[in-house]
Amino acid sequence: MLWNMTNTTAETITFADLPGLMSIMTGDEKHDHSAESTLDVLWVLYDQVLRVSPQTAADDDRDRFLLSKGHGPMAYYAVLAAKGFIDLAELPGYGSFTSRLGHHPDRNLIAGVEIASGSLGHGLPIGTGVALGLRARGQDAARVFVLVGDGELDEGSNHEAIAFAGAVGLDRLTVIVMDNSSSTYGWPGGAETRFTTEGWSAARVSGRDHAALAQALTAPHPGTPHVVVAVIETTSN
Amino acid sequence: MRERFERVASELLDSDPRVAVVLAAIGASAFEPARIRHPGRVLNLGIREQLMIGVTGGLALAGMRPVAHTFAPFLVERPFEQIKLDIGHQGVGAVLVSAGGSYDYPAYGRTHLAPGDVALLDTLPGWTIHVPGHPDEAEWLLRDAVAGTGAVYVRLSLPANAAPFPVRPGEFAVLRTGSAGTVIAVGPVADAVLAATAGLDLTVLYAATVRPFDAATVRATLGRPDVVVVEPYLAGTSVRFVAEALADIPHRTLGLGVGRAELRRYGTVAEHETANGLDAASLREQISGFLAVPLAAASAPTAIAPTAPLAASAAPTA
Repeated sequence: MLWNMTNTTAETITFADLPGLMSIMTGDEKHDHSAESTLDVLWVLYDQVLRVSPQTAADDDRDRFLLSKGHGPMAYYAVLAAKGFIDLAELPGYGSFTSRLGHHPDRNLIAGVEIASGSLGHGLPIGTGVALGLRARGQDAARVFVLVGDGELDEGSNHEAIAFAGAVGLDRLTVIVMDNSSSTYGWPGGAETRFTTEGWSAARVSGRDHAALAQALTAPHPGTPHVVVAVIETTSN
Repeated sequence: MRERFERVASELLDSDPRVAVVLAAIGASAFEPARIRHPGRVLNLGIREQLMIGVTGGLALAGMRPVAHTFAPFLVERPFEQIKLDIGHQGVGAVLVSAGGSYDYPAYGRTHLAPGDVALLDTLPGWTIHVPGHPDEAEWLLRDAVAGTGAVYVRLSLPANAAPFPVRPGEFAVLRTGSAGTVIAVGPVADAVLAATAGLDLTVLYAATVRPFDAATVRATLGRPDVVVVEPYLAGTSVRFVAEALADIPHRTLGLGVGRAELRRYGTVAEHETANGLDAASLREQISGFLAVPLAAASAPTAIAPTAPLAASAAPTA
């Protein structure tokens, strides 16, 4: 059933409405499974964790969420629309020449989108710099969350950031690894071992369990950066 | 120049709380006193250049004015996609300060040479590129770069001119005026160009800022529309900009600089200057030949002699 945009405002949207918002975004989107895999964690972040709203999207002390895995942003746009960052009327234009909603998001087009992503392995190094900059500016309430995919961790740039952030105890940084077993050669022992060996704290939860996600994303981790591995069931295709 | 950069950047860390210096091991010891004063703003990431540019972009997103520094191959070539995406595509600015771009450390070989750095940045929009020819110019241009908000590349080198020229960011300085053609000298090649063109009826312009390219001064000082650009990096890098500046005027251009071929030679800066035809005598032959200005004491100009390859100790087998 298609979303009825005429009778609904962002204030009344719930998690159950998000698939309907995604269905509005028609076009030749190729990342349907990826888009859905992030829906739960994105909702939990924007509904329960992040201290940011359309009204505070330019405040220095806001929390930052960096979608490093920019593929399949329909779930991201749906959540941003649900929370009032994007007008619902923009969703049907998804991917078109006149739309701000590209198949990879761009911070220069949408207030509230923190980075322009798409090429893998950029969000975590950028997020490390954002965290260092906020620390240097004394914005101590502001936290940085970066979402990456387990396949994206194949990119070596991530491991430069993981080792450095662990070594300096960059504790305002949290990484969410969406683990749908898409890394070509896998991560023996779990993706989190790549972080914990560098001194990070870690949690592994179901990527569909909202309560567990909220708890893992808000657990205190003084003195260390934190990784949450959000496990998503894999489907054969 | 590098020592001046380290001193001035340390002063800027003291005076401007938005300044952060980002390093990848190289240069860290020189910034250690500043790091002790500003541990949160002198960031040595270890030998991690992709992270270096990512962090630089992130610092800018958080409202800082980042200054990243290492040798040119590791600052521009290795993390080039990070420069494109983590700075440019994010819509933020930063100051990248390189050392040793062209043939500053020839004994290190190809791995430590980056003659293509300016050409690479030319593929991206919006970069200001400074090529100071003297430590004083490096200081002026660095202070100007850090005070702004844009994307700026400052290309430091070991070779330098004997004295600074009166540079203004974004403008070419007029060193000489003449009628038989124009020679544009970029940064540290200026002394050799002045020696090479002594007594010739030529306009000599000096570019310590090469992007944006000061087309207005080229046009305002233009005599016969024959233009030579001498650059301490890949030959011909700025020829396209001359063509754009003179698009409505029939003209000729010659680009001199570092050759494209791998020399596979070590040795000294002076030897590599000669091998690339950038010493004063070679420049005089090439410039006077192209512009056909009379040379009192020279015969017909000749092309620079190609460097012969060294013999391999053993032929590789298939």
